[in-house]
Amino acid sequence: MIATDHCSLITFHHAAGVLAHLVQTGFGGFYDGMAHWAATPEDVMVVGALALLAALGGKDRVRSLVVTLPLAWFAGGALALVIPLLVPGQVMTIVSFGLTGLLVALDRRLPVPLYQALIIAAAAIHGVGNGGAMREAGLGWLGLTGASVSVFIITSLLPALLVRIEKPAGRIAMRVGGSWLAAAALLMIGWWLRAG
Amino acid sequence: MPITFYFPLSTFYSAAGGTLAHASHPDTAAGLLSGLSHPVSGPDHVIAMIAVGLWGAQLGKPAVWVLPVAFPIAMALGGMMGLLGVPLPGVEIGIAASAIVLGIMVLAAARPPLWVAGVIVGVFALFHGHAHGTELPEGANGTLYSIGFVIATGLLHAVGIAIGLIHRWDWGRPALRTAGALVAAGGAVFLYQALA
Repeated sequence: MIATDHCSLITFHHAAGVLAHLVQTGFGGFYDGMAHWAATPEDVMVVGALALLAALGGKDRVRSLVVTLPLAWFAGGALALVIPLLVPGQVMTIVSFGLTGLLVALDRRLPVPLYQALIIAAAAIHGVGNGGAMREAGLGWLGLTGASVSVFIITSLLPALLVRIEKPAGRIAMRVGGSWLAAAALLMIGWWLRAG
Repeated sequence: MPITFYFPLSTFYSAAGGTLAHASHPDTAAGLLSGLSHPVSGPDHVIAMIAVGLWGAQLGKPAVWVLPVAFPIAMALGGMMGLLGVPLPGVEIGIAASAIVLGIMVLAAARPPLWVAGVIVGVFALFHGHAHGTELPEGANGTLYSIGFVIATGLLHAVGIAIGLIHRWDWGRPALRTAGALVAAGGAVFLYQALA
């Protein structure tokens, strides 16, 4: 048996202002799409921020997130696959998780329509970025499906675990996590502005 | 039949950061680790951030989490100012003064209104953030750097809070105030160095 390290197969592209880390796993487009999501910090952070917000909001919010987020993500990606010019600016992806992180830090329970709009907007922005990256990498629908399934898996597990935490210290820890996300977003906006 | 070993997913972030950093500046290895190490690279920063945790623990709820939430956000704002080249006079003096003032607060077991404590911490956080923002390495990956930077800052607060929990015991209260005196003394040394 021969064990071969294929780390050289991993490729990265800086596409259209979005830090899109396109990962070639060797297992096909679906898994490449899953890995792409996991290797894109902005995408992971927005899902984490929305998971925290849902967990702070209660079980109904968590159930809503599980359905809405992956679907909106896929819809955004599909739009980018169909309309090749549609690519969001990096600042939009930063603002999406920064704003969500701030809401988590403030423990603000948004009205349901506003909450749904936030999920759809954030998912669509990141989904469009994913779709554009998948198109450029030639992963297409399979890659986008992989990325959306990654979102679904995390959205199913993380908020469900977090929402069970009822101790005040647990809620505070989540709010601190939100403040970290908001702070990271502020810094990233600084980087973005400096880069021009 | 050959078995193929593929690169672990956990290495994606560091690899991505390194790759993107190298894309523009071949000699600069920056990213998550760089961001993590930056806040702990200067003892003047370290003692001030730990002092925030000490004071928060001494003040108890809700300051114990409000101060560590306020500090990273204000620091990120300062970092953004530094990144954009917005001048902030007397940064080194402000950093040294932060250690002195926060140390004295812990030494005196001062209990100002929460908003006053928040303003004190927030104003000093601007100085710390500005210093970090102007010292950021060229070519570093902004996303990963920002995440590491905020996490390291938060963990320093957590260290301060953990130490500050000795406040619960009779012997711990004078020990904590002694720690405040040491922080203030350290700040005085840094102030002397800044003025020299």
